Amino acid sequence: MTDNKNKVDSQLITGEESLRVFEGLNRGMSRRDALRMLGLAGVAVAGAGSLFGSAGQVFAATSASTGKGKRGGRIKVATATSSTADTLDPAKGGNYTDYCRHNMFYNGLTVLDAQLAPRMALAESFGTADAISWTIKLRKDVVFHDGKPFTAADVVYSLIRHKLPETGSKALTVAQQFEEVKAAGPHEVQIRLTSPNADLPAILATTHFLIVRDGTTDFAIANGTGPFKCAEFQPGVRSIAARNDSYWKPGLPYLDEIEFFSIPDEAARISALLAGDVDLINPINPRSVSRIQDSANVELMETPTGGYTNLIMRDDLGPVQNPDFVLAMKHLLDRKQINRAAFRGYGKIANDQPIAPSNRYYFAGLPQREYDPEKAKFHLQKSGMAGRSLPIVASEAATGSLDIAQLLQLSGQQIGLKLDIKRVPADGYWSNHWMKHPLGFGNIGARPTADLLFSLFFKSDAGTNESGWKNEQFDQLLVAARGETDDAKRKQMYADMQVLVHEHCGIGIPQFNSSLDGHNTKLKGLTPHPLGGLMGYMFAENVWLDA
Amino acid sequence: MNSTIARLVGGRLAVGVLTLLIVSLVVFFLTSLLPGDAVQEQLGQEATAEAVAALRAQLGLDLPVHLRYFNWLGGLITGNPGISLVNGMPVDDMIASRLPNTLKLAAVTTLVSVPLALTIGILSAMYRGSIFDRYSNMLAVFAVSVPEFLIATIAVLIFAVKLGWLSALSRSVEVESFGELVRIYALPVLTLCCVLTAQMARMTRAAVVDQLSASYVEMAILKGARPIRVVLRHALPNAIGPIANAVALSLSYLLGGVVIVESIFNYPGVATLMVNGVVTRDMPLIQACVMLFSLGFLMLVLLADLCAILSNPRLRK
Repeated sequence: MTDNKNKVDSQLITGEESLRVFEGLNRGMSRRDALRMLGLAGVAVAGAGSLFGSAGQVFAATSASTGKGKRGGRIKVATATSSTADTLDPAKGGNYTDYCRHNMFYNGLTVLDAQLAPRMALAESFGTADAISWTIKLRKDVVFHDGKPFTAADVVYSLIRHKLPETGSKALTVAQQFEEVKAAGPHEVQIRLTSPNADLPAILATTHFLIVRDGTTDFAIANGTGPFKCAEFQPGVRSIAARNDSYWKPGLPYLDEIEFFSIPDEAARISALLAGDVDLINPINPRSVSRIQDSANVELMETPTGGYTNLIMRDDLGPVQNPDFVLAMKHLLDRKQINRAAFRGYGKIANDQPIAPSNRYYFAGLPQREYDPEKAKFHLQKSGMAGRSLPIVASEAATGSLDIAQLLQLSGQQIGLKLDIKRVPADGYWSNHWMKHPLGFGNIGARPTADLLFSLFFKSDAGTNESGWKNEQFDQLLVAARGETDDAKRKQMYADMQVLVHEHCGIGIPQFNSSLDGHNTKLKGLTPHPLGGLMGYMFAENVWLDA
Repeated sequence: MNSTIARLVGGRLAVGVLTLLIVSLVVFFLTSLLPGDAVQEQLGQEATAEAVAALRAQLGLDLPVHLRYFNWLGGLITGNPGISLVNGMPVDDMIASRLPNTLKLAAVTTLVSVPLALTIGILSAMYRGSIFDRYSNMLAVFAVSVPEFLIATIAVLIFAVKLGWLSALSRSVEVESFGELVRIYALPVLTLCCVLTAQMARMTRAAVVDQLSASYVEMAILKGARPIRVVLRHALPNAIGPIANAVALSLSYLLGGVVIVESIFNYPGVATLMVNGVVTRDMPLIQACVMLFSLGFLMLVLLADLCAILSNPRLRK
């Protein structure tokens, strides 16, 4: 195995690629597009291996990992959530167990690297002039597990099916912006969007948009182009992934087999890792970290993610719609203590802005909001809510929310606010309690782009606008930023939006959560990825066993 | 004698069918009271009104509840418990893939726990008031009161993590040798036996002690029968009724009540299947599981009654 992952892909650009970029610049393409195109072109060339022959390949998907992998071996991996709802249909993937599994068996057109920038996978290039009409060139050397060559028809089918309600796609709302998806040749697809969206390559990197074979309706077994073939799948029990020997990324994957299942009980999951019955687990509660650290055979990996547990103050329910009350609550969040007590120091202190520092549109210039009981008291009295008792709904479903609620209750007592904690069961929390109480908690997973996060949880008409916040200026900025191809302007717009949320929206974000993986020391190649634990759900083709 | 038993069994079966019918009604309408439905659970945070409506129509959840009940009951009677709302698989296939595991675990546990419980129960009844009796009594109360997850977790910590003798998981599907079987089943069986043996031993002791104070036992002792003979030949046959009932009750627990053991050892049995069903609001699955558990329970109780009848000459006539 002579994989060399340290080479920088963007150096590998042929004369032909440079010419194309140059022409692009002449057409009025922005600098950012040109840069992206260069980066992508490099990946495409490297993936084909045309420069290095079979001796050396470069893969952007794992640009963060170092060292070379060993081939062979089998591992067992356990997550926390699995049920009979487990699915091999990428469109229906409901949790990270599904996402990991889908990344074993399928590929997307693009893939997100450790900086959340899209890299080419099944696509060779994305081209657009106006962020509305896109031309996607596809790789020609890819076959499905059943031997059928990968073509434009597969892409068209895989993308269009999200728009049909009977698919039950989790990405239905996102897919509604696909006005038209059509094949323009055996290896070329054209997409026309309803409105400009410069983030299309990043959106298509999410697992829901992984590519299935044209016409697939039965997902009892997975037929994709991914690094592993599905040897067995029993929903709620396990799946077995067997190496795909004809995988299109030469030299990958390293492992022969992955047995993938879940152990819902946390103590049992850690015991299984310590006893050597599994090689990799996620998540680990920060409280259990010492069990991992005390053992010589296992290691801990912290992944800072863009996900957070947030306080929700509904704008449309009861007394909390008062802007002063919202500010009082935001000042009442003792972020340092929450980070220390509820998350044992794992996580990054946040500032009521939902974009994480790992995102390139993170606005660093926003002054940190500190725990300030005096200001909180001032705003509380101004809001006329002083001395009143309010219920606050928390649940284990929203990680850490019970601890946060208790800390808030304590700080509230000091300024004359009585918070009455209502603890509700995790089962059914998202359909029955989330966003349905004046004061409650949400738990938002990392999203690949700032636009997706804002569109889903902050836009006035979003179905999951957590606080019911209505702000016209924000909505206008959101739409404008989506179509803005000048990166500097776009960055400024996202900064403005973060300021609006920080100042006015009824969402308090104490910290960005970390995801903790535990693994056998023999397992190598695992690196953090801001999408989430288990290498942003993409560990399968990137890890190997060092016996 | 045969006609009496036939009449009794027939009567029991009729009552059993009626019970199942009532259970089916209760199960169906209680589960429809659960907050949220399969569609909302499935779509989760991304549920929009139109997506929910479309998926509901596709799954037939938009029909009135009584129509759905009769459709389901009709299917059940013809041996078709329906299709999972969550993954589209036939419910009977899903159960069929898990039921053998549950039965295997139940069988091994029964083989270990019942003889053990009977021995402990009878011995402590024979030597009641002795040190053995007092200690076994204390241990039994202790074992019954310690929650299963604690026993399981501590057992895993000692035997799997510290000593490395046994497997922390019991999920390996391929069992090749006897050693492998022991390695895999030891911990879950140990955990389940702690609770079950204690219960059954205490019931056995109570039943035998009750008989030992009867006048016919006194008569046997006066005639000079040895203690073992008194207990096994005279007292035990009369105590079989209550013992069989206690055993049946304990064993019925093995069918659907071992959720904790199944989830700690990651054992793919029917109990976790049903919990999955509840969490994802997969009604056909929940209903089929509950019906299965009720059926198992009724059969066990029927068997216990039969044992009692066959061991009691007065009922046998």
